[in-house]
Amino acid sequence: MLARPDPGTLTFSFDGAAVRARPGDTVAAALLANGIVTTRTTPVGDRPRGPFCMMGACFDCLAVVDGVGGVQTCLTEVREGMQVETQHGARGLHD
Amino acid sequence: MREAFDVAVAGGGMVGSAIALGCAEAGARVALLDQGDVALRAARGNFGLVWSQGKGDEYPAYAAWTRASVDRWGAFADRMGEAAGTEIGLRQQGGVVFCLGEAEYEARAALVARLHNQPGGAKVRMLDRAALEALLPEAPLGPTVLGGSYEPADGHVNPLLLLRGMHAAFRATGGAHLPGGTITAIRPGFPFEIDREGGETIRAARVVVAAGLGTMRLAAMLGMEVPVRPVRGQNIVTERLPLMLRLPASGVRQTVEGSVQIGVTNEEGQDEPVTSVTDLARMAARAVKVLPPLADARMVRAWAAIRPMTPDGFPVYAQSAAHPGAFAAVCHSGVTLAAVHRGVLGPAILTGDLPDLVADLGPGRFHARAA
Repeated sequence: MLARPDPGTLTFSFDGAAVRARPGDTVAAALLANGIVTTRTTPVGDRPRGPFCMMGACFDCLAVVDGVGGVQTCLTEVREGMQVETQHGARGLHD
Repeated sequence: MREAFDVAVAGGGMVGSAIALGCAEAGARVALLDQGDVALRAARGNFGLVWSQGKGDEYPAYAAWTRASVDRWGAFADRMGEAAGTEIGLRQQGGVVFCLGEAEYEARAALVARLHNQPGGAKVRMLDRAALEALLPEAPLGPTVLGGSYEPADGHVNPLLLLRGMHAAFRATGGAHLPGGTITAIRPGFPFEIDREGGETIRAARVVVAAGLGTMRLAAMLGMEVPVRPVRGQNIVTERLPLMLRLPASGVRQTVEGSVQIGVTNEEGQDEPVTSVTDLARMAARAVKVLPPLADARMVRAWAAIRPMTPDGFPVYAQSAAHPGAFAAVCHSGVTLAAVHRGVLGPAILTGDLPDLVADLGPGRFHARAA
């Protein structure tokens, strides 16, 4: 994995662990830059998935962001203190 | 030159594949021809319903034919699942038509009453709100859902896996699956000769034209007048969601994987398979009235399909008088009728002896009405 020369000034969390990001990073980009490639598991087969198209078309980069499930992390900009978690399976609609 | 087939089926979608499979399973040498990716491909653009409810309101032959298919669907799905290598997602525990508000409920109740007056009597019945809640305890129904009609024999299936199963079963039974060529001419004779772009000619003792919207053009080459027109249907598919709708409804269903499919429009005179925001918004608004939590669901994609429709909406099964051995079959409900197309129509085409139910659905009925 290539190391980022400037890991960034923002901090958010992924499954409770601190992750560094640069202002303007999408959550997906920041996760990938930190070597995190899995953001969810599939509802049917419980298989790992993560960012792929990076442009909002594939819906594989879904994660729980600040308590809300089904968020496309490639379309979501990192904010300081954001809490991102792996989404396991399908999300409930009352999340 | 390749030896002549017993049957060549022109059209490898829902109808053609089922008929070809039935012929192959009855022991015939069958070629299944398909135009391929440039075709309109209505077989990939449907709602997957296995549906008898409300059908044949004024046409008992169609109601009986539909019922015969629905009754065979379970065994058919098992066999298609074996061939596909995966179950094809059939859930046949009943189907519902939701009624929003008094006017819809009364109109539906009147239709159900008419259906019960038909010989053979339908099992569909009206359910009020309380009965609907008892039937679907996990469904978060909206407040304007006053009830609905319920047919216990109905269900839904994954139509793409159904198609895969039919093609796999066809090949496993020795059928020649030949997609990827547009037919340029069908010449009557003994045998019939089918020319395709690219210079290939397929010869067969019998020809079945089951080409969806391509049926009119091809059937005319064989002396059959089969009227079909295009109708566009738009659909919305959501992200995978936890189970909220256990039974399919006519405008919204939840697949076994969790996606909710919302449909459908029936737009006349459209030949471009494109969606429109206005139509999608209208369909989404109705789905949200039925199941309010869908308001927060993410739409993953929307698509449109151009689908075949006959003048009265019922199937047309034609037999050429000028060229015996040539048949045509086209319908709007290709998924529901797949079981009986494979189990009854295919073998009947081999003997040339179409059952009465099918004879009642010939194109002559359009001329009789005009007379």
